[in-house]
Amino acid sequence: MQRTMKTIAFGAMLVAAGAAFAQKGETVKIAWIDPLSGLMAALGTNQMKSWQYLAEEFSKNNAAGVKFEIIPIDNKLSPQETTAALRSAMDQGVRYVAQGDGSGPALAIVDALEKHNARNKGKEVLYLNYAAVDPDLTNSKCSYWHFRLDADTSMKMEALTTYMKDLPDVKKVYLINQNYSHGQQVSKYAKEMLKRKRADVEIVGDDLAPLAQVRDFAPYVAKIKQSGADSVITGNWGSDLALLIKAANDAGLSNVKFYTYYAVATGAPTALGAAAAGKVYMVGYSHPNHEGPINAIVRGYKAKINDDMYTGSIYHGFAMLTEAFQRAKSTDPVKVAAVMDGMKFNSFNGEVEMRKTDHQLQQGLYITRWEKAGGKYPLDAENTGYTFVPVKYYEPYVASTPTSCQMKRPS
Amino acid sequence: MNPEFFVISLLNGFSYGLLLFMLSSGLTLIFSMMGVLNFAHTSFYMLGAYFAYSLSGSIGFWPALVLAPLLVGVMGALFERYCLRRVHKFGHVPELLVTFGLSYLVLELVQLVWGRSTVPYGLPPLLQGPLFTLYGTQFPRSRSFIMLVALLMLLAVWLVLTRTRIGLVIQAALKHPQMVEALGHNVPRVFMLVFGGGCALAGLAGVIGGNTYITEPAMAASVGSIIFVVVVVGGMGSLAGAFLASLLIGIVQTFAVALDYSLAGALAHVGVQVGEGSVGWPVLKLTISQVAPMLPYLLLVLILILRPKGLLGTRED
Repeated sequence: MQRTMKTIAFGAMLVAAGAAFAQKGETVKIAWIDPLSGLMAALGTNQMKSWQYLAEEFSKNNAAGVKFEIIPIDNKLSPQETTAALRSAMDQGVRYVAQGDGSGPALAIVDALEKHNARNKGKEVLYLNYAAVDPDLTNSKCSYWHFRLDADTSMKMEALTTYMKDLPDVKKVYLINQNYSHGQQVSKYAKEMLKRKRADVEIVGDDLAPLAQVRDFAPYVAKIKQSGADSVITGNWGSDLALLIKAANDAGLSNVKFYTYYAVATGAPTALGAAAAGKVYMVGYSHPNHEGPINAIVRGYKAKINDDMYTGSIYHGFAMLTEAFQRAKSTDPVKVAAVMDGMKFNSFNGEVEMRKTDHQLQQGLYITRWEKAGGKYPLDAENTGYTFVPVKYYEPYVASTPTSCQMKRPS
Repeated sequence: MNPEFFVISLLNGFSYGLLLFMLSSGLTLIFSMMGVLNFAHTSFYMLGAYFAYSLSGSIGFWPALVLAPLLVGVMGALFERYCLRRVHKFGHVPELLVTFGLSYLVLELVQLVWGRSTVPYGLPPLLQGPLFTLYGTQFPRSRSFIMLVALLMLLAVWLVLTRTRIGLVIQAALKHPQMVEALGHNVPRVFMLVFGGGCALAGLAGVIGGNTYITEPAMAASVGSIIFVVVVVGGMGSLAGAFLASLLIGIVQTFAVALDYSLAGALAHVGVQVGEGSVGWPVLKLTISQVAPMLPYLLLVLILILRPKGLLGTRED
């Protein structure tokens, strides 16, 4: 009798343990869908390697006891290719998808998942958006299956303008952006927020240049010079930022400060060089010398791949998933989504929150400045000897922006 | 528009136009000789930049300035000798396709060898910094150097074509290849020389364009379409036409950036108020500066409609 009891008790314990760690030892596949060819290939390759490197690191040791595997698929930066890539990933049984470069592909994924998840119960797929920052994705086009780990355009502009409003030197601002949704949003929010915070600031120019086509920014720089601007706000990335800064350096535009979104991404640091020291600012959720667990990641990545790991939102992604797996005791996307909805968790930059109303991660933002590396900030960008040094940190509530999202939740 | 801005824009337009000319001169020479549009022409431009980047690391920029274009020229000549010449007998379409294929091959090779991201190909110390300052705006030495090299190149090519024996043979082979061959000249070799020479000119443009602008795998594609515009607008096969068209496009593009006029503004001027709700607002609100990069293609279409042989072209067929 006693023996039977013991067996039953032991069995019950086993079941309980099994339930508690049901996800242990599972391999979670994440499809990474971003450009590996074309103009943005360099950026995409860096980010793919970042995902793979972090997957390796998190697989070694994480509280949920799961392994991660990244399945990279090239989407050529096109929404149409993205949908095809998503379908092929789902055919392979992938339940998690990550994408970041470009809001066009991001909207395509949101659209496809809304339909897929409604029609295929038990096969739901989650979308981790690590860099597409169009505010529409968490406002008019928000989705329950979409989780944004980056800070959106409006949040970054909120932080940037909060910093700029206290600078008395800022009197005339010139806006130059890429002519597509992201650039237009940057221009729109910059005008709106500057007007609200510093009505005396004059917008002396508002240029929209075509995306990734302009080779010679000298005419734009001549225009900036003529306008008498003391500050330039730009959401440009890739070659559009590198060439703009290069042209400004060449023309000796020395008394103008640049406030940027993406000056740390592949290509831009090389163009900045020594000439831009102290003149270029960037708003972001991290910086190259961020302390905490991400520091070892950045160093390890540099040692192994000889490149910079600047996409900290990928760290958010893994931190959020492992925490959610643990709490949900499962890797099933439906259960995991229910946990992540409104979840607070610890990432490399302290406690962050996946806001329930719109699935926009609420996090603190840094204003950083391009300066010589060394001292407290030894890690440089692209071996230039220069790095982005934090000059101001804003708590999550400062950069938080309201949402108009009316999220449809699965019943 | 104040005079300061005018002069600086003019200089910017000239230097960009002259770089375009260095690229398109080789293309137009090759076209006029062989009747084939070389789709891989800008690939040689890119190779020039990458070779110069690698060479300047070991032997310095100035030797690389000479060596890299020569290397590119030799590669071009070899391509003509062992590839294009074999395809030549099958007609123009296969020739076109071969150069098209080559452009992809070079792109992939460059990405394999040098990687997909930009390479840190910087200016030598002598070319860094401004040459002169005009009303507080610096004019960089690198741009002045582009202008100088392009003008010297124009002079050299003109002298070679009009004042030397080989130049006369080239000119003759251009119009009447059979006759020249009958006179005992090795016309295929002349073709090879011209092709190699044209590629070397593109390589030279790459060497100085690569560090003035940026050296990356997409640099070939980014100038690819614009130099075809130059060649067509200038007149197929006309060197002087290419020169004129390059300057025209450089200056038009530079000045268009400065013009913030839109159709909406023009309508407001004549008393018609349009706003965000009006029909066609997305088109009406476009300013000339926003459509600046489109203007060369508009010019291309207009030229093809109004003067199909180009500004200074002579070919009617």
